[in-house]
Amino acid sequence: MSTIQNLNAFDPFADTGDSEAQPTNYIHIRIQQRNGRKTLTTVQGLPAEYDLKKILKVLKKDFACNGNIVKDEELGEVIQLQGDQRVKVSEFLTSSLQLPKKNIKIHGF
Amino acid sequence: MSDLGFDPTLKKKKKSKKVEGDLTAESSAAGSPAPAGELDDMFSGLKKKKKSKKTAEEGASSSAAGSPAPEGAADDLSASFGDLGLKKKKKKSTKSSDVTDFEQQLEKAGIEEGDATAEGVDAEESSPASEDHAGNGSSSAGVLSYPSLLSRFFTILKQNNPELAGDRSGPKFRIPPPVCQREGSKKTLFANVQEIAVVLQRSPEHLIQFLFAELGTSGSIDGEKRLILKGKFQPKQMESVLRRYIIEYVTCKTCKSMNTELKRESANRLHFLSCKACGSTRSVSSIKTGFQAQIGRRKKA
Repeated sequence: MSTIQNLNAFDPFADTGDSEAQPTNYIHIRIQQRNGRKTLTTVQGLPAEYDLKKILKVLKKDFACNGNIVKDEELGEVIQLQGDQRVKVSEFLTSSLQLPKKNIKIHGF
Repeated sequence: MSDLGFDPTLKKKKKSKKVEGDLTAESSAAGSPAPAGELDDMFSGLKKKKKSKKTAEEGASSSAAGSPAPEGAADDLSASFGDLGLKKKKKKSTKSSDVTDFEQQLEKAGIEEGDATAEGVDAEESSPASEDHAGNGSSSAGVLSYPSLLSRFFTILKQNNPELAGDRSGPKFRIPPPVCQREGSKKTLFANVQEIAVVLQRSPEHLIQFLFAELGTSGSIDGEKRLILKGKFQPKQMESVLRRYIIEYVTCKTCKSMNTELKRESANRLHFLSCKACGSTRSVSSIKTGFQAQIGRRKKA
């Protein structure tokens, strides 16, 4: 009986807590082609507790590019950066902001 | 293992014969195990008499399970060796007054037939190899090199269950490399979307939708069902995007199979990926374009 009770203690349908229980708070890093060789990097879905302005300032300085914050009705505030900064942004987010890498999704080619 | 085939005296032979009979009887009583298993039983019975029953059964189970380990290979080897030895022995024994025993065996529920077929199969499987063995065995007791054994094992495995040998010759999923051509200076023509979608068993619309979302562009399909994308894309880049699509929407997470089906549940408007190989189902997220930055001319306010 005890073994069965032990089994009961474990709920297989409970949330495991880690990883993909919250797919809504993914951070999407996308790239868009502009004219010629120029591209645009967008960072969408950064947690609200961060000050986007400060992040943008650091990013601009680190990557030596311009950028700005765009307010979208549905998606909230989005950071836009000039050029292909996808890998650098994800690196920054993981190392400086301690965001888990599995929450970051890099899109584009 | 070599000594068994040559020197045993008549008495010993009789003994072994009896043991063998017992074993076969047992196996027949226990139901009807795979012929290969029986074969193994017999050989091991010959080889090690009663002590080796367990090992024989193990060998049988492993061969029946169809997942031969290196041990299995060794077993096979001993089996083929035993095969040779057995044949010789059988002839001898039949010649030398063991006929009644043999007949008894024959009577036992057509086991002999099964054996014969098994032997036949075995012979087929290892016909070149066994011939080699014959040559080896006659000259020197047959010390086989590891590579030859390994290659033999894999040939047999390939013949019997090619899935395990890593050879997916059945329903093959070879995705043709994406063909990208430049259409003018700003557009890319993706020629074989249709083909790729068919291979992946997905609707082309779904794949194209994913491509648009992932590349952050738009496009259209021309008369020959080729996709025209805005922007410049190299085949290499397309490949990486396609790879991501396959990981996300094609492969089964549980068994890594690509033989899957994407269904849309009308009740909850969710997409479900059901695997045709293992039968598992998982939900996949719908394709979202996400934020699209304003490029080019701004809207007039």
